[in-house]
Amino acid sequence: MRFNDLTAHELRGLLLRRETSAVEICRSVFDLLAAVEGEIQAYITLDRAGALAKAETVDRDLRDGRELPPLAGIPFAIKDNMCTKGVLTTCGSRILRNFVPPYNATVVERLNAQRVVMIGKTNLDEFAMGSSTEHSSFFTTRNPWDTARVPGGSSGGSAAAVAAGSAVCALGSDTGGSIRQPAALCGVVGMKPTYGLVSRYGLVAFASSLDQIGPFTRDFTDCALVLNAICGHDERDSTSAPGELGDFTDFLVDDVRGMRIGMPQEYLSGGLDEGVRRIVLEAASVFEQRGAYVEETSLPHTDYALPTYYLIAPAEASSNLARYDGVRYGCRLENSTDVIDMFRLSRSRGFGAEVKRRIMLGTYALSAGYYDAYYLKALKVRTLIRRDFEEAFEKFDLLLAPTTPEPAFPIGDKTEDPIKMYLSDIYTLAVNLAGLPGVSLPGGFLNRLPIGIQLIGKPFGEGALLRAGYTFQQSTGHHLKRPRIRGEA
Amino acid sequence: MRAYESVIGLEVHVELKTNSKIFCHSSTAFGGKQNTHVCPVCLGLPGSLPVLNRQVVEYGIRVALALNCSVARFCKFDRKHYFYPDLPKNYQISQYDLPLSYDGYLDFETDDGCTHQCGIVRVHMEEDAGKLIHREEVGESPAYALVDYNRTGVPLLEIVSEPDIRSAEEARAYLTELKTVVQYTGVSDCKMEEGSLRCDANVSVRPRGSKELGVKTEIKNLNSFRAVHRALDYEIERQIALCKEGRRIVQETRSWDEAKGVTAPMRGKEEAHDYRYFPDPDLVPLVISPSWIESVRRDLPEPPDARRRRYQEQYGLSVYNARVLTGSRETAEYFEECVRLYSRPKTVANWVMGDLTRLLNAEQVEIQDCRVRPAQLAALMRLIDDGTISGKIAKVILEEMFASGKDPETVIREKDLVQITDAGAISGLIEEVLAGHPGPVADYRQGKGKALGFLVGQVMKATKGKANPAMVNDLLKQKLDEGK
Repeated sequence: MRFNDLTAHELRGLLLRRETSAVEICRSVFDLLAAVEGEIQAYITLDRAGALAKAETVDRDLRDGRELPPLAGIPFAIKDNMCTKGVLTTCGSRILRNFVPPYNATVVERLNAQRVVMIGKTNLDEFAMGSSTEHSSFFTTRNPWDTARVPGGSSGGSAAAVAAGSAVCALGSDTGGSIRQPAALCGVVGMKPTYGLVSRYGLVAFASSLDQIGPFTRDFTDCALVLNAICGHDERDSTSAPGELGDFTDFLVDDVRGMRIGMPQEYLSGGLDEGVRRIVLEAASVFEQRGAYVEETSLPHTDYALPTYYLIAPAEASSNLARYDGVRYGCRLENSTDVIDMFRLSRSRGFGAEVKRRIMLGTYALSAGYYDAYYLKALKVRTLIRRDFEEAFEKFDLLLAPTTPEPAFPIGDKTEDPIKMYLSDIYTLAVNLAGLPGVSLPGGFLNRLPIGIQLIGKPFGEGALLRAGYTFQQSTGHHLKRPRIRGEA
Repeated sequence: MRAYESVIGLEVHVELKTNSKIFCHSSTAFGGKQNTHVCPVCLGLPGSLPVLNRQVVEYGIRVALALNCSVARFCKFDRKHYFYPDLPKNYQISQYDLPLSYDGYLDFETDDGCTHQCGIVRVHMEEDAGKLIHREEVGESPAYALVDYNRTGVPLLEIVSEPDIRSAEEARAYLTELKTVVQYTGVSDCKMEEGSLRCDANVSVRPRGSKELGVKTEIKNLNSFRAVHRALDYEIERQIALCKEGRRIVQETRSWDEAKGVTAPMRGKEEAHDYRYFPDPDLVPLVISPSWIESVRRDLPEPPDARRRRYQEQYGLSVYNARVLTGSRETAEYFEECVRLYSRPKTVANWVMGDLTRLLNAEQVEIQDCRVRPAQLAALMRLIDDGTISGKIAKVILEEMFASGKDPETVIREKDLVQITDAGAISGLIEEVLAGHPGPVADYRQGKGKALGFLVGQVMKATKGKANPAMVNDLLKQKLDEGK
């Protein structure tokens, strides 16, 4: 039986009707991996034995007639910057190439409670800094739709795994677009929830005030199911939002009548590819046809989002990455003359060029005499950007925008020019600065490459995103298309 | 009057005795096996996050109020960056521009009886670092260092004084009073030898009368009150000597060398860290409600200076006695409990400061662990008053009580120490002694008063000290005078 195009909720039906088993699903994923992983390289670590053992316990409970959580037996991939107890967690970095965490991230514990089957840990740009996985210390993941192209990043491995079928659902993290941009480039649904909705405990920090974990799925029903599993207050994360949450599947309604959707004009001009622009406008007319009001709006400080982001994120990163010094874990360079030399050598050899670039940017921005001019000013502009959104949300329930300025780009196209690479996230950064939820969903195709459209919601407005996204997918069916990968049966 | 005066400010770190660390659940217990009181959070493992221990805030507010500080309604935590192997994240979570509290003061007294006031700039919360253990080079194997992270994340309060201190002696007196005040709040042991109280000193000199501050140096590695005093004396003289020679004082951090009795440079201004403070994005700002502050204020114990005044006014104690008895909260509480049960404060003061303190010191026991409880000491004093025992025997009984924890009545019964007050019995003994010592008797009758003491001693010896000494004295005199 071919499971690789199915969603979690479809597989759940098969499991409950005993038409397949968790072990069979798991084996089929590893069979597919054997065929395509050489081409795609989505995973840094695969855990076949662990996955099969998990699947067997799920089958045993199924046989015993026990009730199982909604995601039981579903093959999951986890980005390799979330701590998994006893399983290598590298962050795509040489400096952590041997790091095996002694504890689980909160999201991993919550997925374990769901009895998901973890297939492995996926590739990423080193410490989640990048937009293509080309900054991974180990290898570049390839886009399942065209293996000469990047899958996007930094959660490129997770996006590629879900697109290729080597995982049904995956977790990524999004600091400036690292879920939404690869979801767009790989043709899957990728959501960055509101800051604080998902615990960051156990997510290796890049920029603490921006990082947020979220799901990659093949449709919105799965997206809601994964949100149900991972969201909610965690006392181990001080920035975790308090309060009880409802059932996100309640928002899976095929109806957007009366919804007010704004289209920020700043997101539809400048370096936007004409084909992508057309797809966003087509999406707008789909929503209109289904009864939503769509209107142009403005986010006047949009141009400042990129420079603001590239002060705040590196500043926090320079601090968060200070702990990688070779003393307690990770790689230590021997033959140093003294302890400071050991730090210097371990960090010089352990970090890649992009990470070093950002550590230097951030160190500079926080230095005595520059703090006010750079970091403090960036915080003030961040407030202005947040206010832009607040004002827009006085009139609109959500905003519609492109996720990326262009389709997946060829491998090697932007690695020589950091600014060109940074511009890949031009439409996603501001959402992190404002702490808002955003989702990228398959909006159509250009030259057989998937194009993502982005929906942006109010704080804790994931429900509106699910409803609009669900309605869109029911109206278009773009999410049903699957890539054909060389080597696949 | 000297031509130069010194200007001193102290930065004191106090370790708080909460059960768990400031940002995680690991134990703060002192002296555990290396690297056993640790968890992903205090080890700074990738992905771990800090969560503030509210008890630390409560303790911080206690100290802030005891030091007459304003407590901030809104404060935050910042990261202070520097690379060092005992600092797992290579930044310390501290408080920078919005500390827990600010603008306080501390009154203290120097040994000459002068009172002083020193301003408190701020009291803020931060986490402690680990400890490096250095191993020397042995034969072929080179020197290396190990790190113990048990102390990492233990809560600290940093108490920064204004530069209001003018001499090494004042610095010592300030520190002594600060220690007492903090100990009273019950949040720290304040043991310099265990590192639960640490002190760095900033010092500069200037021509007397000048309003400008001179170039300062910071002195570290001050591990005792004596070290603070000696190091400051040394540094002040060093700086004055430089000034007199017309040489420049360099702004730098210096380390006190206890063995050599000198300060030596550690690092200069050029090498000073740029700590790159910025608000810790993993922690949310801390809002402290006025009702919280008030409830902490209500629960604060009476501070030592108020207690000292009360002991003088209410109990009529001397300045010295009041100071000694309020030296620690435990001593003061012991004393007051005794006074509650036995209403002659001066007598209590004599016993507590005299024999009891001697026993405590000899056995290195803290007063709160003393086996003689206040009720038992009060009972002992009453037994003297009602004539059951003499004051001298009471000292013997106290030693036994101290060793065994028994009640005084039990000790008296077991050792048969009831005072002999039967005049007949005493007279009989006196007859025997007089008969046995004709020489001293003759001496006395020839006017050598000293002989009386010897004869009293002999009677007491015969009763193993149990005879009422006053009665012995009177009866003996009577007998001797009769025979004149």
